[in-house]
Amino acid sequence: MGMTIAEKILAAHSGKEFVEPGELVNAKVDTVLGNDITAPVAIREFKKIGVDKVFDKDRVVLVPDHFTPNKDIKSAEQAKIVRDFAREQGLTNYFEVGRMGIEHCLLPEQGLVGPGDVVIGADSHTCTYGALGAFATGVGSTDLAAAMALGETWFKVPESIKFVYYGQLNPWVGGKDLILYTIGRIGVDGALYKAMEFTGPVIRQLSMDGRFTMSNMAIEAGGKCGLIEPDETTLAYVKGRAKFPYTFYKSDDDAKYWEVYEFDVSRIEPQVAFPHLPENTRPVSEAAHVKIDQAVIGSCTNGRLEDLRLAARVLAGKKVHPEVRCIIFPGTQEIYRQAVKEGLVEVFIDAGAAVSTPTCGPCLGGHMGILAKGERAIATTNRNFVGRMGHPESEVYLSNPAVAAASAVLGRIASPEEVV
Amino acid sequence: MQLSGAAWKFGSDIDTDLIIPARYLNTSDPAELAKHCMEDADPEFYSKINAGDVIVAGKNFGCGSSREHAPIAIKAAGISCVIAKSFARIFYRNAFNIGLPIFECPEAAEKIQPGDRLEIDAGSGLIKNLTRDESYRAAPVPEFMQQIIAAGGLINYVAKRVKKNG
Ligand code: SF4
Repeated sequence: MGMTIAEKILAAHSGKEFVEPGELVNAKVDTVLGNDITAPVAIREFKKIGVDKVFDKDRVVLVPDHFTPNKDIKSAEQAKIVRDFAREQGLTNYFEVGRMGIEHCLLPEQGLVGPGDVVIGADSHTCTYGALGAFATGVGSTDLAAAMALGETWFKVPESIKFVYYGQLNPWVGGKDLILYTIGRIGVDGALYKAMEFTGPVIRQLSMDGRFTMSNMAIEAGGKCGLIEPDETTLAYVKGRAKFPYTFYKSDDDAKYWEVYEFDVSRIEPQVAFPHLPENTRPVSEAAHVKIDQAVIGSCTNGRLEDLRLAARVLAGKKVHPEVRCIIFPGTQEIYRQAVKEGLVEVFIDAGAAVSTPTCGPCLGGHMGILAKGERAIATTNRNFVGRMGHPESEVYLSNPAVAAASAVLGRIASPEEVV
Repeated sequence: MQLSGAAWKFGSDIDTDLIIPARYLNTSDPAELAKHCMEDADPEFYSKINAGDVIVAGKNFGCGSSREHAPIAIKAAGISCVIAKSFARIFYRNAFNIGLPIFECPEAAEKIQPGDRLEIDAGSGLIKNLTRDESYRAAPVPEFMQQIIAAGGLINYVAKRVKKNG
């Protein structure tokens, strides 16, 4: 019987010819990841295990991105624990403020994750790397601690669900809209414990940035990972970037799926997820009455170059609405540099937007754009839970970067077509 | 292990931001996290509960972030276990790893009402509702998970393994 990509990668990493869903396997991990929230707990646990060194100093990656540049004394202390540990262990891939980025934009960019890898990260959006054809999933700090020591972890082999996208994409519709639409259809637990596999002609034509956006939000449907079969687009991305060997896996024709969904994308317009769950999606045309106080463009979901270019296309020559704060945060220093070079940052500043250094900041209600009681934001981030961006009585609407930019201009949720 | 306490009921899709809001994640001190447990769902939760009480919820409990601070906050607040229709994957894993017992049981999640007195046998997964004189059976805990619990959490489990291979 055939295997899916997820099954093949897990088999290869646990020394088996064949695995099937439900089976528990002990798999070697290629890369493990922690951040300034999750790593301090992991480091505390790691020290209890009784080993001196991490399994591989090149493959334990630590990125302080959530509360950095540190917003207060407590978060500075947390970040210091991570920094001290990185030095003590001689880690090659610790990224300091000014040289860093949001972890899920940074790791692929730096070539630290690649096709065919098994990656675990103490951050739920580790599933982002599925876009490269890696089995990548989020775990907690204790799992991270154990994997830092052993270089392996256990998995239950998940069933896979296939999502096939066909048809012609409408203007201003991209990866974010496809994934929001999908979550709207299957719900926030529609892929619980399952590996999602995104495929079909539309995915084949999607840019790498668009693919990262889709895989990033697999967890928002409860998915264990969000895989895309590697192809020429993947190869072009990893070539010259990958720091470690990689392998392309593809699902067999006779692989077994728990479920197969087919979506005709020509019927999809830009999507907006209403509070307080990513599954509350509606077409943007049904959201145009919603007034906003803040527009946030960035994050590990939509903080890549293509996203900033889209936002700039909408904001060029326009002004942010007088009653709106527009905050833009590029995903990495490299993306930031490129955005400056291409003149995007100038467009943003001319429009009256604030451009921030890479950080998770407002995405998790950490800092750099917290909402007051009763305020409303449109954001290109991935979660709109109660209190996600600030006060428990504030609201977050999720959208793609063009919709967020158009909304910033009009002061209410808007389609880019109303502005450009 | 016998667990007992009163039930506190919540709905479906209780996410990790409701369990412990990100604004408190600038610390990982369990006692500090406990004070803010479930705060955005019920601001008085921590002051109302007694040691041993049980959280009972609908489907997909613990969805969202991978923050282990969520099960840690629940455990440190004195909650003895969580019963839900289903759990989000990362939360499920984290709860076992840090030693917070959790039980998947749609029937119990449905029938238990706020304030019901519960008695749970962690080994067999039998949940007794003393108030209603009913009992429910939770899905058995996978054997591998039981080994982790028996060792006293994942870290002890790994530490033993490392020693053995020493
Ligand atoms: S940008 Fe938001 S979702 Fe992404 S890692 Fe940071 S906090 Fe998490």
